[in-house]
Amino acid sequence: MLENAWVIPALPVLSFVLILFFGKRLPKHGHEIGVAAVALAFVLACVCAVQWVQRPANLEVKPGSEEHAAAPGSPAQANAVAALEEKAPPGSEGGHEGEGKGEKEGEAGEHEAEPIRKPVVKEVTWFDNGQTRVKAGTHVDGLAVTMMFVVTLISLLVHVFSTSYMHGDRRYTHYFAALSLFTAGMLVMVTANNTLQLLVGWELMGLCSFMLIGHWWEERNNSNAALKAFFTTRTGDVGLLIGIAILFFAAGQTFDIADINAAALGGEVSHGLVLAGAAALLCGVIGKSAQFPLHTWLPDAMAGPTPVSALIHAATMVVAGVYLVARLYGVFWSGFDIGGGGINPVALVGGITVLIAAALAFVQTDIKKVLAYSTVSQLGYMVMALGVGAWTAGVFHLVTHAFFKGLLFLGAGSVSHAVHSFDMKKDMGGLREHMPITFKTFVIGSLALAGVPPLAGFWSKDEILLGASSNGYPVFLVIGLLGAALTAAYMTRCVYLTFFGEYRGHGQPHESPPAITVPLVVLAALSVVAGFVNVPGGEWFAKWTENETVLSAGVAHHSFSPFVALFGSALGLLGIAAGYAYYWRNLGPHRLTQRSGAAGTGYRILENKYGLDRLYTDWVVGGIKGPIARGAYWFNQRVIDGVVNGVGIIARGLARFVYDTVDQKVVDGVVNGAGIGAEDGGRVLRLMQTGRVQQYALFLFGAVVVLGGTLVLFTTG
Amino acid sequence: MFDSWALTLVVFLPAVGAALLVAVPRRAENLMKLVALATTLATAAVGVAILARFDYGATDTLQFEVDRPWIDVINSRYHMGVDGISLPLLALSVLITVLCVVYSWDHFPEPHNPKAFLALMLVLETGMNGTFVGQDLILFFVFFELVLLPMYFMIGVWGGPNRQYAAIKFFLFTLFGSALMILAFLALYFKGGNTFDIPLLVERGGTIARDAQILIFGGLFMGFAIKVPMFPFHTWLPDAHTEAPTVGSVILAAVLLKLGTYGFIRIALPILPDAAQAWAPWIGGLAVVGIIYGALGCLAQKDLKRLIAFSSVAHMGFVMLGIATLTDYGINAAVFGMVAHGLITGMLFFIAGSIQERYGTREMSRLGGLLLQAPRLAWLLGFCAMASLGLPGLAGFWGEFPAILSAYQPAPGLSEALFRVYMVVAAVGTVFAAGYLLWMYQRTAFGTAKKEFAEAHVHDVHLPEWLAWAPLLLLILILGIFPSLIFRVTDGAVQSMTSALQAIGG
Repeated sequence: MLENAWVIPALPVLSFVLILFFGKRLPKHGHEIGVAAVALAFVLACVCAVQWVQRPANLEVKPGSEEHAAAPGSPAQANAVAALEEKAPPGSEGGHEGEGKGEKEGEAGEHEAEPIRKPVVKEVTWFDNGQTRVKAGTHVDGLAVTMMFVVTLISLLVHVFSTSYMHGDRRYTHYFAALSLFTAGMLVMVTANNTLQLLVGWELMGLCSFMLIGHWWEERNNSNAALKAFFTTRTGDVGLLIGIAILFFAAGQTFDIADINAAALGGEVSHGLVLAGAAALLCGVIGKSAQFPLHTWLPDAMAGPTPVSALIHAATMVVAGVYLVARLYGVFWSGFDIGGGGINPVALVGGITVLIAAALAFVQTDIKKVLAYSTVSQLGYMVMALGVGAWTAGVFHLVTHAFFKGLLFLGAGSVSHAVHSFDMKKDMGGLREHMPITFKTFVIGSLALAGVPPLAGFWSKDEILLGASSNGYPVFLVIGLLGAALTAAYMTRCVYLTFFGEYRGHGQPHESPPAITVPLVVLAALSVVAGFVNVPGGEWFAKWTENETVLSAGVAHHSFSPFVALFGSALGLLGIAAGYAYYWRNLGPHRLTQRSGAAGTGYRILENKYGLDRLYTDWVVGGIKGPIARGAYWFNQRVIDGVVNGVGIIARGLARFVYDTVDQKVVDGVVNGAGIGAEDGGRVLRLMQTGRVQQYALFLFGAVVVLGGTLVLFTTG
Repeated sequence: MFDSWALTLVVFLPAVGAALLVAVPRRAENLMKLVALATTLATAAVGVAILARFDYGATDTLQFEVDRPWIDVINSRYHMGVDGISLPLLALSVLITVLCVVYSWDHFPEPHNPKAFLALMLVLETGMNGTFVGQDLILFFVFFELVLLPMYFMIGVWGGPNRQYAAIKFFLFTLFGSALMILAFLALYFKGGNTFDIPLLVERGGTIARDAQILIFGGLFMGFAIKVPMFPFHTWLPDAHTEAPTVGSVILAAVLLKLGTYGFIRIALPILPDAAQAWAPWIGGLAVVGIIYGALGCLAQKDLKRLIAFSSVAHMGFVMLGIATLTDYGINAAVFGMVAHGLITGMLFFIAGSIQERYGTREMSRLGGLLLQAPRLAWLLGFCAMASLGLPGLAGFWGEFPAILSAYQPAPGLSEALFRVYMVVAAVGTVFAAGYLLWMYQRTAFGTAKKEFAEAHVHDVHLPEWLAWAPLLLLILILGIFPSLIFRVTDGAVQSMTSALQAIGG
């Protein structure tokens, strides 16, 4: 199955086409195809996962090939490439050197000495262009297998959930078609062996998010949100396009991801070039993964149906940016010198995002917007993790987050299914009695998100904090800890407003049907247990996913630190305690925003989302669409066309002169004199007079020929 | 036998058809349509035969070559041939004409007169096909100019309210360029050893003194740049497109604009390599200005068709950027971009025409809710908008992204720093493209119909439209997934050209 991984993205593509063309005629209006295709894809992804775990690990990778590459001939790079293409066992001396290196670095040695599983690569020629042969294909390694598993699982649950949630929707069939294509886009991206194919999947998701966010496009707000999502991510994509172009040339005219990583780590490419490539790619990541300052589209994207939000936030679209960093880690690692400590743009962007988004989550009344800002904040964690060199932690958090954030969004969907609203303050409250399953699973999800041990979120967040503290990024450790407290607090607020107190909505809310609750239970179970996959001592997740790029970069591993774990979970619990005290016990400074000017200002800043939306919508977009575009058009009509029309008028004047004086008096005289019938002459002249075009043409052509004759004489002479 | 007649057939069959049409009695409208359809189908069949018999292993050599004496006095010969660069464009041209006849079936614009309309279309095809296969400058010029008149009449007779102005502007603008172009041809004749033969001139062109090359290139540049059209010579285009009947717009966008870019690749670059080096930074600069400028023009439009017209300025900017890099990557992208733009923008004009036919207006502020009233038409519009903004997986991407990519590393001798600036500007242009296209889509397709059309019964896509559009839609998708269908045709020809360029010019 690992060889034929292309089948997994192909299934949802096929399902998209079938649903689009035949869905409406089917008894279930197309959802049967979508569910079946994704279920099958999920089964195949599981087969892949099993086969991957059973695959013999016999590829040895030398860590820190940057140093080695300084040696003539760059054996590290050559080895890496050869191993990929020919699947031949690399030279034993490589492994030996690696061990030696590992011993020197002490802590880091333990894992790097262990051989890893070779990726399974299958390629066919896509096209030839110039001197380049571009191959399309699949590159399946632990990272890809993990992503395939997560994506198909979440997508399957979202599909099942949607059959009930979207029941009776006016565009039910189209909804499922788009859902399939969305899944396909992400799967194409995670299995891609080259950057172009990756871009195909990436943009396909952009298209699907546009379709699904704007699903109810009759209302202007929804279509605005869809456009905003597309524009914002597309703005980041400028960086992605440029980055792909830079890396194409940097790696010696190739789009192959393994080659690009090897080249970036190999040290033969100038550091400036890799840095430029990494910086450009980072722009794409900022747009797609909703990092500061391009995070503004994600909360608006809540205009789409709730299951779509779950899919976008948990398994596709926004995690694509994180995946890009993880996949092209060689470029980021060596471009930003992540191994060197200090502050780098990736960590910085992630760190800022963690805090500013968490702060925004406090002032939302819409339950989905709380979760949306929470996603932005958690994506910040992932990006920060990758930025501080904690690759495994970042990817691991991506996986655990997929489970509990998927759970929370579907839970919010279940709630809104019952109360027909998303407003926590107006229409919710006290739902724990009416919706016990939703309540319990939502609480589990919240605790996992808050990082309460031993739930999934605790383990992955702990690894991020550990990485930040051990890799020489103390600032980001502090940010991470602070973020953990904020996360716990805003989720406590959210749970309180939704499920506790008195019910403030209308009607009698009921627990949702099994199609909705079963996915909740499955995800809740995963949110509990998923963390143990990489529990200290076992670290199976690290062994399965860490690939050649990561190991040859020399990503450090650290043993479990009780201190960090204790601190991290203590801050999470503190956040929960603070929330509990504030909402349940009514302690603390209530109505502070009214009493204190500073607090009021702070609240307003948060409410206005730091003014970024206004800056983008009113100033940037409004400016370009309004005055700048109008100015350019004015220039076009008045200046350029003015010149054109001016030339026309002058030519006409000249022609008139030629006709009146030269033609009528001189030529006509000759013509008449030559005895041609007056009638004929008159007709010809009338034609010339009325047919303005001929006149212009003649004049223009004549003038140019004269000019040209001179020119020819001039150049030949 | 076939091989030596194929190109003559593909060029002159339409002209024969036009002559036959003239003989058809005025009342027999169906017969006229049949004659026109049969002619274009026969021409397309010859085109398919050429595609089938083309030797894809030798795309850099001229195939189906005909070379006979023609005008001995000036050494002009009847020399025709196709290579990998002309083949896709020839195919595009024969395909588009068939589809235009099909679309016209019951869409004849006022003042009707199908006989003249179809005859003009066929004459147009002769001109277009001839330009793509002509290998003699005079022959090329004759065909290049031949397309002017039918298009002039199409706009001037069947056009919108402001048709007179638009038609004259189109005609004079292009003629002005042509006049300078023929001058350059004459200069080439004298400088290149008394020949108009393009392959021969390619061999000899490099020996012309650099200063003279630059001057001659200027003449060619004016001729081709106006046709493309490049900023700032583009102002005839929005007027011509806005006023032209639907089919006229489609042909104009899909094929006529390519005559200019094709001229650069076929004539200007290979014959005058030193001048190409000298001009390339300027061409690249105008190209990226055109990308942004065209996009801004789009953003200011209220009229759907005028918006699409301005988008052509932006898209042809990508094509010209690819050409200006003088690299194989860039020129491959340019040829791909030409075909893709032909398919996609042609399709967009078809849809704009159908929208106008249904609503009687193209004012975007009066439209809205197309997805509710004619969902299939709206989906097609969305599909084409996505293709036009360069979504990977659809044809538009392969003209756009490789052009951006190639600007990162232009041919040796060109300023890398300058072209990298162009690259960034062009990449920013892709955001603008998303902006104007999706904004257009939001205004026409999303939302609900405005009050005046709320009760209107709008016909969704009907049969002649499906027949005319299906091939374009399929090609947009297929070429998007399998770009090698075009790259493998162009690559050999382009590589041999660029290597020659660098050998002489570098």
